[in-house]
Amino acid sequence: MSTHRIGSCLAASIPFDSAHGSTSVFSPAATPAHAIYSLSMLVLSITAAIFLVVAGLLVYVLIRYRSRASDTEEPTQIYGSNQIELSWTVIPILIVVMLFLATARVIFATESAPKPVSAMDVTVIGHQFWWEYRYPGFGVVTANELHIPVSDPQHPTPTYLTMSSADTDHSFWIPRLAGKMDLIPNKINTMWIDPPATGLYLGQCAQYCGTQHAKMLLRVYADSPTDFAAWIKHQQQPAEENAAVAEGRTVFQHNACISCHSVAGTVATGRFGPDLTHVASRDTIASGAIVNTPANVRDFVSDPSHLKPGALMPPMHLNDHDLDAVTAYLMTLK
Amino acid sequence: MATQTPVTAILDKTPASPPRRLLFQVLHDWLTTLDHKKIGLMYIVYALIFLVIGGLEAVLMRIQLAIPNNHFVSPETFNRLFTMHGTTMVFFVGMPILFGFGNYLIPLMIGARDMAFPRLNAFSFWISAFGGTLLYFSYVGGSGLYGAGSAPDVGWFAYAPLTAHVFSPGHSTDYWTLAVLLSGVGTVGTAVNIVATTLCMRCPGMKLSRMPLLVWLYLITSFMVFVTISPLTAAQIMLMLDRYVGSHFFDTQAGGSAVLWMHFFWIFGHPEVYILVLPAFAFANEIIPVFSRKAIFGYPAMAAASVCIGFISLSVWAHHMFTVGMGPGANTFFTLSTMIISVPTGIKIFNWLATLWGGKIQFTTAMLFAIGFLFQFLIAGLTGIMLSVSPFNWQLSASYFVIAHFHYVLVGAILFMIFSAFYYWYPKITGRMLNERLGKWHFWLFLIGFHLTFDFMHIPGLLGMPRRVYTYEADRGWMMWNMIVSSGAIVQTAGTLLFVFNMVRSYFKGAIAGADPWDAWTLEWSTTSPPPEYNFAVTPSVASRRPLWDLKHPEDPDGNYE
Repeated sequence: MSTHRIGSCLAASIPFDSAHGSTSVFSPAATPAHAIYSLSMLVLSITAAIFLVVAGLLVYVLIRYRSRASDTEEPTQIYGSNQIELSWTVIPILIVVMLFLATARVIFATESAPKPVSAMDVTVIGHQFWWEYRYPGFGVVTANELHIPVSDPQHPTPTYLTMSSADTDHSFWIPRLAGKMDLIPNKINTMWIDPPATGLYLGQCAQYCGTQHAKMLLRVYADSPTDFAAWIKHQQQPAEENAAVAEGRTVFQHNACISCHSVAGTVATGRFGPDLTHVASRDTIASGAIVNTPANVRDFVSDPSHLKPGALMPPMHLNDHDLDAVTAYLMTLK
Repeated sequence: MATQTPVTAILDKTPASPPRRLLFQVLHDWLTTLDHKKIGLMYIVYALIFLVIGGLEAVLMRIQLAIPNNHFVSPETFNRLFTMHGTTMVFFVGMPILFGFGNYLIPLMIGARDMAFPRLNAFSFWISAFGGTLLYFSYVGGSGLYGAGSAPDVGWFAYAPLTAHVFSPGHSTDYWTLAVLLSGVGTVGTAVNIVATTLCMRCPGMKLSRMPLLVWLYLITSFMVFVTISPLTAAQIMLMLDRYVGSHFFDTQAGGSAVLWMHFFWIFGHPEVYILVLPAFAFANEIIPVFSRKAIFGYPAMAAASVCIGFISLSVWAHHMFTVGMGPGANTFFTLSTMIISVPTGIKIFNWLATLWGGKIQFTTAMLFAIGFLFQFLIAGLTGIMLSVSPFNWQLSASYFVIAHFHYVLVGAILFMIFSAFYYWYPKITGRMLNERLGKWHFWLFLIGFHLTFDFMHIPGLLGMPRRVYTYEADRGWMMWNMIVSSGAIVQTAGTLLFVFNMVRSYFKGAIAGADPWDAWTLEWSTTSPPPEYNFAVTPSVASRRPLWDLKHPEDPDGNYE
């Protein structure tokens, strides 16, 4: 469709590359994002055409009808014309009807899509300022890094997200996978994603939720079916017991850490903060804000609000020795 | 109509005003005045002061966002800045400046000596002014608890449950609530006044169908104020009850609804955009014809389109909520209602173009700003159509694309038209012309700054940058765009400073304007500049939409064509 081509040219004039790490709405990588992309190309083409016509007319009248030094008389007074006014009422109405029908189709195709039996369920809960992911079918709870299987278009295995919030409003937005959906306390929302290609898809919270709204980042890992099965199997295991870090485990369990954090298979059963059972297997900490290295973990534990002002985890005032021990313990939670 | 007073008889022949009085007397005069012109001016000056404050807040935010991971301001400060910027610009700049012009111009344009209720007028101004003062007093008085913050930091639409006591301890949110509530009281008062003045105080011969379009649009705006301020006020009272009496309207932890607040806020919030933009249309309806030297094209269609916009705007509010999970039915309805509003809006743009068509266009500073308004409002309307497409909106909402879109409306359209109105009516208000040379510098600087900032602001939104973030990741490719956006803010600041300088300088040194410097056609240009306290020595009577055209062209009066 030629109108689509105009829109694509517009989009291509700006580097909306689909390279790794992109969060551009113009590099879709899943069905909902593709549907929006095609619709947006139609909309961009129509609006670009309207712009060219109207702005062209404006420039034309400004040049053609500018006053000249030789002017002495007032121009002919024209008070209106019913035919002309009717035409610029009817034509926009036709454009609106066309655009509305195209839009309604995508709304229903996305929001009322029948859920295949092969779909996987994940519960997403927004917290100030991190994400909790629960896999009810597998008994897995994790935080901040969402793993999903890729969805082969021939045998689709989309992931259905059931979303709510534990505190304020949040919004789940991975531009390459789908449009955003808000997480609202006391309300259940759903959305679905089905990336056919493996990879890491980035995004971040899109609804202002408090002080650290900016560093509530989203990471979605689309894994191959075998990788995903292995990941789930690993996550289902209780925490690794390592005698070498017994001291760190004691510090962890004898401080307030366990009031908020869970480590499966131990006395730590807190629910307020991220589940730490397999924290060392993640690439990042602090909701994607910090790379997961021993030095960074130590820094974060010693004073969370130094790295992430507004984070609700208080500084535990551990001495250097205990800090080292706890860090060593956390790094064994593969 | 043989008993009509000829328009020449309305020209004022009273002697010049008495010599200057003591400062105290002048001050007392202003503080206790009931004159619609002085109240209008106080509204305008008050709004300009807040415009400077709100603008500085924007500049601070742009410095913070110029580079990723900047530490210019803390996250807490940044969150307060965008809350105060939004609240200030909507409630304490946009509303008062537009009501200021309305107060000043409406009685003059309909040949009345004052507003219908002068005391209510003064009350409305002072209560609104008190609201704005209260908002900024929160910086001093907001920390009811240690560490509980000072100014509000909940965003200008203050979504629940962030405003609940548990997430917003201290008093900052209460100051926000009270400030907005009081400003609403003042707004309703002025709207009552405008409706009563327009309906009851028009001079002989001025039928509704002969009113200047400016007055028509203010009438519609005022009716919209009645409908929309009520849910806002109700919501603010419910929020206060939640915070202090233990009710649970919006308290989600006790079963309240966060979405309820969104509905209450946006059924105010979206018509509010039209409440702000209709007066800007009103200025355009007066200024574009005068500098095209032609009557407005399609007067009845323009009035009717404005009424349509007023009605339809009451049915589009939930397009701010396409991502809250309303379901496909509601999303479809609000997509349609939002798209439909583009039809009457389009009629207006086409009619302005037709007014220019065949005219002899004079590029005064006022007209340059009006042309800027036309161009930018066209783009704002087109990005509005993109946002009305709800699936596209799922990507764009709450991103920088939305910020760019509504600043195109608020700055590119409304503020440009307000600048235009200043250049057009300043001579009437002060008796002196604004300097055209400085004015053109102001126009070009501001135009360049505006486009640097708000054209490029769309792009980070399309690249996934959400609004209200105090900083962003360095690897997302947003830095270059943010840098350009921030540099534009500096150029706009320079343009605005030039404008302030021009206003002050011209007040003392500007060329004497005379009664009718633009060779215009509406009644305010028939009295002296500045007009006397009683506006017209003799109540004028009119026989057409352009009484001064009739006076200047007795051989071809407008009345022949109505």
